[in-house]
Amino acid sequence: MIDSRRKYKLHNSQTAVYEQFDDRTQQHEASSLGMWIFLATEIMFFGAVFTAYTIYRNLFTTAFEAGSHLLNTPVGAFNTVVLIGSSLTMALAVHAAQKGKRKQLMAYLVSTMCLGSVFLFVKFVLEWMHEYKDGLAPGLHWTYAGPQSGHVAMFFCFYFILTGIHATHMIVGEGIMVVLLYMAWKGRFSTERYNPIEMFGLYWHFVDIVWIFLFPLLYLLGAHF
Amino acid sequence: MSEHIAPLKLYFTVFITLLVLTLVTWRIAYIDLGRWNTVVALAIAIGKATLVGTFFMHLRWSASTVRLVLFAAIFWLAIMITLTAGDFFSRSTVQPWQASSAASQPMPSAALR
Repeated sequence: MIDSRRKYKLHNSQTAVYEQFDDRTQQHEASSLGMWIFLATEIMFFGAVFTAYTIYRNLFTTAFEAGSHLLNTPVGAFNTVVLIGSSLTMALAVHAAQKGKRKQLMAYLVSTMCLGSVFLFVKFVLEWMHEYKDGLAPGLHWTYAGPQSGHVAMFFCFYFILTGIHATHMIVGEGIMVVLLYMAWKGRFSTERYNPIEMFGLYWHFVDIVWIFLFPLLYLLGAHF
Repeated sequence: MSEHIAPLKLYFTVFITLLVLTLVTWRIAYIDLGRWNTVVALAIAIGKATLVGTFFMHLRWSASTVRLVLFAAIFWLAIMITLTAGDFFSRSTVQPWQASSAASQPMPSAALR
């Protein structure tokens, strides 16, 4: 076991099949399945908060619409575009890995990291910090004096929790990408072995999908007309 | 099968489609469609998620076990949402056989509303 591990490490870009698998196809399917089971738990995790949000949105529709109206929709739309762009560069990174193009892979990983950082920067500086200054942070700085202030505060609780756990996922993703970039730089990937890149790609696209739902639910359902 | 290499053109087509759908969902939020605003926004979001899943996440070419996991996740999510919503929105409904006690004891969710 230890010996074969060592052997694997020595030739990891040539002999790419771990001993418990028959062939590459089986190994690839096993890791995809594992990753998708993890993503299924993530769907349930985000799904629980989405369910709670849906229930309270229906109970306090006007307050939630008033809260949604206070969000910066153009900035949210801009961030959506940035995140979809990062999904494209991630898909291109997987493509480069499949073709064994190391430099392209590294370039696409770096561009994905940059776009992810732009998203996080916009979120922190242009949104959260503004909302905090404007007194829209329940529990920390709440000065909203309009009608149903308590229920609007509830909307902002959901807003900060949902965008917060989404941003946390992105920060984790950025960390994993640093490791992947290092591995790519060291030449650990080849046309025979690129599973880590592809599995991370699944994670990154999943985070993108979460935002695809967050954007309309938080920013757009607030009656802007 | 599962290690299918998709043509680059496909990724760019999906990307452009996603951008167009983002623009549509954003602009449509400024048009009053009544209850349909929510329906349209969620339908576009589901469409975008399907595109990302099918092509970027390679579901188009992945094994049936993977699709089964995704189906199970969505199915369980649907159970969670349906049962929770069913409970919440029927809680304040007073059945005839509850009428006598309901008059003296307000239902829990009456306070919420």
